[in-house]
Amino acid sequence: MQVTITVNGVEHSRDIEPRMLLVHFIRDELLLRGTHWGCDTSNCGACTLWVDNEPVKSCTMLAVMADGKAIRTVEGLANGAELDPIQKGFMECHGLQCGFCTPGMMMTCRALLDGNPHPTEAEIREGISGNICRCTGYKNIVAAVQWAAENPATSEVTA
Amino acid sequence: MTALDEAPLSAAGNPIGFGRMHRKEDVRFLRGEGNYVDDVNLPGMLHSAILRSPYAHARIVSIDTSAALALPGVHAVITGETLAGLGLAWMPTLSYDTQAVLATDKVRFQGQEVAFVIADSRYIAKDALELIDVEYDALPAVVDAKKALDPGAPIIRDDKEGKTDNHIYDWEAGNKADTDAAFAAADVVVTEDILYPRVHPSPMETCGSVAHMDPVTGKLVLYTTTQAPHAHRTVYALVAGLPEHKIQVISPDIGGGFGNKVPIYPGYVCSIVGSIVTGKPVKWVEDRAENLMSTGFARDYHMNVSIASTKEGKILAVKVDVLADHGAFNGVAQPTNYPAGFFHIFTGSYDYPAAYCNVKAVYTNKAPGGVAYACSFRITEAVYAIERIVDCLAAELKMDSAELRLKNLLRPEQFPYTSPTGWEYDSGDYEKTMRVAMDIAGYDELRREQAEKRAKGEYMGIGISFFTEGVGAGPRKHMDILGLGMADGCDLRVHPTGKAQVRLSVQSQGQGHETTFAQIISHELGIPPEDIEVIHGDTDNTPFGLGTYGSRSTPVSGAAAALVGRKVRDKARLIAAAALECSPDDLEWELGRWFVKGDPTRGKTIQEIAFAAHGSLELPEGVEGHLDAQVVYNPPNLTYPYGCYICVVDVDPGTGQVKVRRFIAVDDCGTRINPMIVEGQVHGGLADGIGMALMEVIAFDEDGNNLGGSFMDYLLPTSMECPDWELGETVTPSPHHPIGAKGVGESATVGSPAAIVNAVIDAISPFGVRHADMPLTPANVWRAIQGRPVRTDMAVE
Repeated sequence: MQVTITVNGVEHSRDIEPRMLLVHFIRDELLLRGTHWGCDTSNCGACTLWVDNEPVKSCTMLAVMADGKAIRTVEGLANGAELDPIQKGFMECHGLQCGFCTPGMMMTCRALLDGNPHPTEAEIREGISGNICRCTGYKNIVAAVQWAAENPATSEVTA
Repeated sequence: MTALDEAPLSAAGNPIGFGRMHRKEDVRFLRGEGNYVDDVNLPGMLHSAILRSPYAHARIVSIDTSAALALPGVHAVITGETLAGLGLAWMPTLSYDTQAVLATDKVRFQGQEVAFVIADSRYIAKDALELIDVEYDALPAVVDAKKALDPGAPIIRDDKEGKTDNHIYDWEAGNKADTDAAFAAADVVVTEDILYPRVHPSPMETCGSVAHMDPVTGKLVLYTTTQAPHAHRTVYALVAGLPEHKIQVISPDIGGGFGNKVPIYPGYVCSIVGSIVTGKPVKWVEDRAENLMSTGFARDYHMNVSIASTKEGKILAVKVDVLADHGAFNGVAQPTNYPAGFFHIFTGSYDYPAAYCNVKAVYTNKAPGGVAYACSFRITEAVYAIERIVDCLAAELKMDSAELRLKNLLRPEQFPYTSPTGWEYDSGDYEKTMRVAMDIAGYDELRREQAEKRAKGEYMGIGISFFTEGVGAGPRKHMDILGLGMADGCDLRVHPTGKAQVRLSVQSQGQGHETTFAQIISHELGIPPEDIEVIHGDTDNTPFGLGTYGSRSTPVSGAAAALVGRKVRDKARLIAAAALECSPDDLEWELGRWFVKGDPTRGKTIQEIAFAAHGSLELPEGVEGHLDAQVVYNPPNLTYPYGCYICVVDVDPGTGQVKVRRFIAVDDCGTRINPMIVEGQVHGGLADGIGMALMEVIAFDEDGNNLGGSFMDYLLPTSMECPDWELGETVTPSPHHPIGAKGVGESATVGSPAAIVNAVIDAISPFGVRHADMPLTPANVWRAIQGRPVRTDMAVE
């Protein structure tokens, strides 16, 4: 089937099998490797990206269902050289270790903050509960979201 | 840059040495630019999928691959028969057993590898699996380890000549006679059957590989999810007969390991064979169900634990009988001399003279594995056994569990301490650490609150665990894997401009090596960490060593890094002396600079020395040019991190629901290179503890069907189950480690489950419960309260 999907502001047209999962379309057709494939069952959230500004687990959505829609992935989070505040928060607060869940987790966190710029800790924990991280025990991810909430626009982060 | 410790700051704001700093590796992950195995794409690369057994135990009558081969887009179908022709149908495990790469005679666990399809895409390969026709003759399965040695039990490993039962080994440690005597003389003896059920490490990234055997050069490049790239390279050379200098194992970014990525899996071998057969690169990446059902599980220890004490609560002896379920192949990865890993450190953190354990290992029709999930070679099981039985003893004596521990903890003056089972604990001040944890928790206040709540019919519990680990395997004299001594190399090159590259044998799976190892070199040489590049995970570009597991990176490779830094510093002294036209003996070191004693204005920075080392300066006799060095570190002993964990739970007796309200963790891992990273490691391990204690189990039904084959069945902790961890620390450096550091990567996974279970049992003790097995799911807690516990590792009737 022919699909046209806008990803991070760039329009892509492809002829794909109807059964192709969105996560595989993003990774294998568009070669955007930041979106990860973790579980197949919508449990882990490593594949989380946005479809029309809503976070979606792309391992259980067909690519054809995204025809005509706008997708944002982790590669579309930073503004050029400038990291998004949520990316900076993850670095500041050591919210990542192996980095595998991180893109999906950040897409969920960014959406959470867009809908609720000043979430409580309980709201953050509930908001990220569909994304599993095996490394951090979540404490520093919660802190990263709080950091991003407190530093919404510009802040220097150095490597 | 956030708060820093004593180290001075570099121009970029990083500590020149130890202290908190952002991780150097973060930016690529934050931008989605990590490079994991599934991100590797080579020109002309083919994809693959594995056909797996639906049966736990069955004879293979026939395999017909013709329809699969006829599917457009399929390049090859490999079966056990194909591999047998190459002598590769079986491979050695890391425990001197054998494991089928692709089954030839029988399948021995559900999910076992039967055939390997290579195709143009992952989707076509999966389609082809449906077209392979395998005729099986189903056999009765051995699922329960307790029945594995019954007369008449089906023989699983009839591939082994003369094998007439499912026994693997018996192993013992300690002194049985002394222990029996201590038990006979004791006022109080408490015994409990304690199961550490089968769990799975489940890193977020599953296992996979991309193999490229270049048909022209004969060189194999293997991108693979391995925690031990050098060990894997050697094993491939030994197994497949490939020349070792023609094998390059690359372990790129790894999405979590936790021991799951130590073994060599059939899929890796098949991708190599697939590349040889097709002449093209072949990618194999398993899905989550495959990861859960076929790769290295953890634990599965049935422990009968007994403790003897005086009526005042002085512990006299402990003994443990273990029935170890190793699955269908003995695939554990651990030092050769220790078939039960380091389980015999079960004597724990307490002072008593007698201990004995016996471990009997058996085959069952389940996936192989056993040593994984941040267990520090079975210390997880050991800590759980001792910390659970100490709580049972406290209940028997009607003594506060903290008081009982404080009465028995080893005292600072006893270190170095030789344990009844032969370990030499290097350093510790246990009571201090426990007091810090009790202070943070407000222990006495918690007990008062608990008493008030009990009076109102509310069930709050407080659980303590005090653990000691031995990590950093290990001394070559005692420790090897498949004959490879567990020493690790480290190479350091300081470039002419004073920037450096350090090459490691160990491989990060998220531990932050690119940052902490730069900090170690920085600490030794005064070069800012941002000027030091850490190179790892590529056997062509790093020195040999056994890799990252068992919390060994800092104890072994961290020591190698410190020593290679010192070697370069010593050489820099000779070069500085030549440049300053003085004797090396006249020079004194300050961070980043050699200077003339008594005249601090006359000196050379390490950067100046580096340039001189590469320049035209006439060097003293015997001093070679350039500024680099190599070290191979053979640890004299393990390091012994320890800690005290306190957990507070609330249990709803109506539903069995457990809420972990607080968790206090005070770790002593000696010197902390980057406290931020240490704390992160602890947080992650504590979440593991929540998972194992309350949620995770790989159970089986009587036919050997795996009941934990997806994340809908195998429950991992989320942000909702994890409390806001409360951390504390004490610092007791290791006396034999060059920078006094001890490993910490697995401490919290090892130490936390017992604290959580102890808290839950404490909460429901008014119902007469003294023990219940993990996972303490609502159903299992409710059954325990009702006095009707069930086997948590089997399907519930």
